[in-house]
Amino acid sequence: MDSLIALWEWLGTNLIVLQILIKIVVIVAPLMLCVAYFTYAERKLIGYMQVRIGPNRVGPKGWLQPIADAVKLMFKEIVIPTKANKVLFLIAPLLTLGPALAAWAVFPFSDGLVLADLNAGLLYILALTSIGVYGVIIAGWASNSKYAFLGAMRSAAQIVAYEIAMGFALVGVLVAAGSLNLGEIVRAQQSDAGIFGWFWLPLFPLFIIYFISGVAETNRAPFDVAEGESEIVAGFHVEYSGMPFAVFFLGEYANMILISALTALLFMGGWLSPLPASWVDGVFLLGDGIHWLFLKTAFAGFFFLWFRATFPRYRYDQIMRLGWKVFIPITIVWILVVGLMVVYQFAWFS
Amino acid sequence: MLENYLPVLVFIGVGLIVGVVMVSLGFVLGTRRPDSEKLSPYECGFEAFEDARMKFDVRYYLVAILFIIFDLEIAFLFPWAIVLDKIGMVGLVAMTVFLGVLVVGFIYEWKKGALEWE
Repeated sequence: MDSLIALWEWLGTNLIVLQILIKIVVIVAPLMLCVAYFTYAERKLIGYMQVRIGPNRVGPKGWLQPIADAVKLMFKEIVIPTKANKVLFLIAPLLTLGPALAAWAVFPFSDGLVLADLNAGLLYILALTSIGVYGVIIAGWASNSKYAFLGAMRSAAQIVAYEIAMGFALVGVLVAAGSLNLGEIVRAQQSDAGIFGWFWLPLFPLFIIYFISGVAETNRAPFDVAEGESEIVAGFHVEYSGMPFAVFFLGEYANMILISALTALLFMGGWLSPLPASWVDGVFLLGDGIHWLFLKTAFAGFFFLWFRATFPRYRYDQIMRLGWKVFIPITIVWILVVGLMVVYQFAWFS
Repeated sequence: MLENYLPVLVFIGVGLIVGVVMVSLGFVLGTRRPDSEKLSPYECGFEAFEDARMKFDVRYYLVAILFIIFDLEIAFLFPWAIVLDKIGMVGLVAMTVFLGVLVVGFIYEWKKGALEWE
């Protein structure tokens, strides 16, 4: 009898885990598809911006290109250099992709539509995205190659420098919202002013700094000295090939989508409609909903691609100067400004 | 309260497993024809000149130290930011003093040239 009860309880807890697993698949599968087609969008967009047409051979208008790329990488040889530290060499890409996916656990897609509604949601995301730098530095160290090592050093220093600016920008959001719960942060932006009630307006400098820091955190152009093709070949992942490389690649793009989605959530009102609620309440597609979150994320993601097509690469000293000497002073001042606005219950915070 | 964290734990596991599965798939499907040249560290076609575990610029170390100080500062700001609307002006003044002390240190390291990368 006891063993039967034990079995029943075991089944009960495992059903909960099964439910959770199904929900996770519902989040991760579309995310992976988004990542794949984000690379396609990047190549197409940059192609058009340079008056080319981009990939157009595989499938109708090149739509199957990302799938073909994935299959190709799957059949490529995995080269592990003899001098490399093999275990660390293979762990490093996992440390980049794992956190980039796991951060979505606390992400609210719509009002109440969230896997784990943590009160410390933003802290969790900040903690997980910080783990990414370990992947970079372990990859550079384990490869035992000069280019990889130099790329890892540069990249790590750049990521930690911009993480400070990013952290200060997040403190500004917290002061404004008064909560670490991501759903609460979005609800704090709800007002009758629609788009003008969101945090991008009172926190405008922090909004810009957060996004630019996000671009620097993901080592994207114009902050891509870590992989600067013309000097250190590919930076920290120069020794990687085949699937381990693909995992790094996916991690980088998943991180870009995460930064875009977080920008949409923290500063652009997440799932809220840009029109005042009193106008559009109940009107099809114009009211609040998950589609607004997708639109805003795509809007922010577009900037990642646009930057890459437009700006030349920064020099390393310019990157460090921008991070330490421009962003950090501005964020510190603006935190105090937001603090004053909150204490005096100015406009947005009454 | 704690059961909220179960999905998070499972999700971290899934995130890692996705990576493990992809890499294993590469090992199963990929070709494997290693030779000593292919497995040597890449250095634009040259033999490696010296050990890759070389000396690096001390400024990277400095950045790491500065990062710890500032990140700790941010960690202190987090709980303060959440309750600012309840503690009001007193809290704001207290945090301004705290930030002021750190800004003095920031100005010092700026003037000392710790942030210079020429």
